[in-house]
Amino acid sequence: MSKDREFLWRRLHSLLGVVPVGLFLAFHLSLNFTAVGGEESYNTATGMMELVPHSLLLAMEWIIIYIPLMFHAFYGVYIAFTATNNVKRFSTFRNWMFALQRFTGIFLVIFIAWHIFQTRVQKAFGEEVNFDMMAEIVANPVMLGFYIVGILSATFHLANGLWSFLVSWGITQSKKSQQIATYITLLVFVILSIMGVAAILAFV
Amino acid sequence: METVNTGRTVKLEIVRQDTENGSTRVEKFEVPYRPGMNVISALMHIQKYPVTAEGQNTTPVSWDMSCLEEVCGACSMVINGRPQQSCSALVDKLTQPIRLEPMKTFPVVRDLQVDRSRMFNALKKVKAWVPIDGTYDLGEGPRMPERKRQWAYELSKCMTCGVCMEACPNVSESASFMGPAPLSQVRLFNTHPTGAMNKDERLAAIMGDGGLANCGNSQNCVAACPKGIPLTTSIAALNRATTVQMFKNFFGSDHMVD
Ligand code: HEM
Ligand code: SF4
Ligand code: FES
Repeated sequence: MSKDREFLWRRLHSLLGVVPVGLFLAFHLSLNFTAVGGEESYNTATGMMELVPHSLLLAMEWIIIYIPLMFHAFYGVYIAFTATNNVKRFSTFRNWMFALQRFTGIFLVIFIAWHIFQTRVQKAFGEEVNFDMMAEIVANPVMLGFYIVGILSATFHLANGLWSFLVSWGITQSKKSQQIATYITLLVFVILSIMGVAAILAFV
Repeated sequence: METVNTGRTVKLEIVRQDTENGSTRVEKFEVPYRPGMNVISALMHIQKYPVTAEGQNTTPVSWDMSCLEEVCGACSMVINGRPQQSCSALVDKLTQPIRLEPMKTFPVVRDLQVDRSRMFNALKKVKAWVPIDGTYDLGEGPRMPERKRQWAYELSKCMTCGVCMEACPNVSESASFMGPAPLSQVRLFNTHPTGAMNKDERLAAIMGDGGLANCGNSQNCVAACPKGIPLTTSIAALNRATTVQMFKNFFGSDHMVD
């Protein structure tokens, strides 16, 4: 990376985490939540995506998901490995959040890669992505556990990421505003987690 | 003082290192207890009687110190896992054995002595001063409102002790981050009415590599600072200032102060 460009790269990393990657995650979990209404409701909801012309959908996937996510993920791995975690010596709430943001990020690289392989790559090979496909995957209890941990990692990472996004851009400065942001992002974590876990359990 | 004999002793465990990048070892010491002792007085005893708890002769432990009243920052070290000043660390308040380690976020010169040059270089990089030199008398600067002066005084208490650097998970010898202390100094000097005349230069410096954006919000610095400096508020305030500066740099007619 060229000299003195780090500030811009970091701000881009921060922005992409929320727009579009964070927004996509919220959309993705909402869509999956329709599974709670049963097989039919899920298949109808996901079937809507098929209405978008194939080439446009593919372009959207790359522009909204893969490229920003890959940038955020690979730069994120670099950031995560330059940290020297010290929660043992400084076991404050924020320091734990700092460490967890990095652990969940690393875990998400593995989880998202596996998840894309199991669903999107199979679709490219001609399989149909529908209720049955997910039901088959989570019929294996190990996979179900892996998915639940993956979903919780993602919701935590986004919620806590929103908190640090607000600081990184200088929106929350005072102690009080940062404290209130903690409560609000905690609520975001709880809501997204309930939605995500309820959705995956609906496939069981 | 030496004659006071309380019959009690203080147990210490000290991480020793003879040369830069050399190997480390732990040595145990037992020194006579005196009321009101601080860590430095225990180290001074070891300097006079360099004998380990096992009765082995050893070299005196080396450490840095100067003011002995928590204003110079030189004597900082990791005491029972927490970075702090050894001159104001009272033995009565510490659990024994008292473990002393150097602040390894800096290069260790010897034993508990570290080289804090990185912090001083960062202060130079961000121009942590008010430039007033000229070829002629520049006259009086603008007045600083008293309330602002009182507030800025809190930021000026920084003694470059390095404790916040040791506490920060993103500051290390293998990372380029300049750390919390130099950043907060940018806020201080950008607040000063004369200093503010160069605020864009300081913001440009912290927007460079190893600058502000490396902060990951662990907020350890503010918890560790012995002077109670609101480091994380400074960082968030600078985040806002640099956000504005970033847009000014791109969309503005020039890169100057206003
Ligand atoms: C589910 C997909 C992901 C979402 C929604 C997401 C979202 C976010 C958000 C919103 C932030 C806050 C940015 C800021 O502090 O300003 C963030 C930070 C971070 N993300 Fe992600 N992220 C995702 C995946 C990943 C992955 C795969 C990694 C790989 C390790 C990663 C690593 C990081 C790191 C290290 C930070 C902290 C950056 C810092 O504090 O400087 N993220 N993420
Ligand atoms: S900000 Fe506080 S902890 Fe950091 S160097 Fe200054 S006085 Fe020490
Ligand atoms: S000797 Fe100056 S701060 Fe301890």
